[in-house]
Amino acid sequence: MNDPLVIAGKAYSSRLLVGTGKYKDFAETRAAIDASGTEIVTVAIRRTNIGQNPGEPNLLDVLPPERFTILPNTAGCYTADDAVRTLRLARELLSTEARRHDLCKLEVLGDPSNLFPNMPETLKAAETLVKDGFDVMVYCADDPIQARMLEDIGCAAVMPLASLIGSGMGILNPWNLRLIIDNAKVPVIVDAGVGTASDAAIAMELGCDGVLMNTAIAAAGQPVLMAGAMKKAVEAGREAFRAGRMPRKFYSADPSSPAQGLIGS
Amino acid sequence: MIQVIVNGQPEALAPDLSVFGLLEARGLVGKRVAVERNGEIVPKARHAEVRLAEGDRLEIVVAVGGG
Repeated sequence: MNDPLVIAGKAYSSRLLVGTGKYKDFAETRAAIDASGTEIVTVAIRRTNIGQNPGEPNLLDVLPPERFTILPNTAGCYTADDAVRTLRLARELLSTEARRHDLCKLEVLGDPSNLFPNMPETLKAAETLVKDGFDVMVYCADDPIQARMLEDIGCAAVMPLASLIGSGMGILNPWNLRLIIDNAKVPVIVDAGVGTASDAAIAMELGCDGVLMNTAIAAAGQPVLMAGAMKKAVEAGREAFRAGRMPRKFYSADPSSPAQGLIGS
Repeated sequence: MIQVIVNGQPEALAPDLSVFGLLEARGLVGKRVAVERNGEIVPKARHAEVRLAEGDRLEIVVAVGGG
C-alpha cells in the first residue's frame, strides 16, 4: 500500500473518514460511502426503539463490519462517564468471538449550541478508555497543548475541529492545526467543519493525516457526487502536501516562459 | 411479575426472565445489539444465563447513523 494512514497499527489506503448520519435513507448512505472510497465509517450508539419493527434493516447490515472499519462515537455525551459507558456498549456490540473491537471515537461535548468539546471531561474519559484497552480517536479543541496531553495519555489519533460540527465553515484556524500537526506523533485528523472539497484539500495540504466529515457530504445537494469530490480533494491535498508546495513570493512575479528569444527583440 | 426499566421505560416482566428471553420477546435475537444491566455490560455469551431481577435497569442499544 502506497502512503497508508496507520491508526492503532492498522493501515488504511483512504485518508477520508465518513459519518453515516443525516442521509435520506440507507441506500443513499451506502452509495455515498462507496463513492467516498472511505474504509472507516462512524456510527452512533442509541437505544433500540420500543415497538421498532424488528424486520427493519440495521445500519450494520448496510455497512457490514467485515467490509468497513466501524468507528462508534459518543455523540451526544456531555460527561466522561456517559461517554465511557457508551463505548463499552459499542465494544460489546461490535466485538466478535474472534476479535475485540477496541477502535472508538471519543467526543465529550460541552454545550449543545456550539458542540465544542468539554476538554477536562474528554481528558478524563480518554484516560479511562486507554487503560481499558480502547484505541481512542479523540475529537478535541484545536489547542496544541491539550492535543499533546491526549497523545501522552495514549490516544490513537487526535481529531481537532476545524470549525463547529455541522457548520461547514471550513478551516478557520490553520495556524493552530499546524501547531498540532508539528507536535504530534499520532495521526491528526480534522474532525468537523469541512464544508466543501477545497476545505478538505486545505486540511490535507496543511499536513493533516486525514479528514473526518459527515454533514458536508450528507447535506450536499447531491451527496453521492459530493462524496466523490471529497475523495479526490483528500487525495489531491495529500499529494500536494507530500510534493511540497512552492515558496510563496510576495509582491514579485516570476515568468514561467523564457525571457529570452522573443521575436522582434 | 417484576418491575424493571428497559431503555428508560418501566416494564413488568415475568420473574426469572433471562436477558436472552427479553431480547427474544422483542425480536432482537441474532440482531446486532448490546445490553447493559445496572451499568455493567452483559456479554453476548451470557445472555442466556443472566436473569433479570426486581429494579434492574437495562439498556439495549444498536448502531445508528451518526458522525
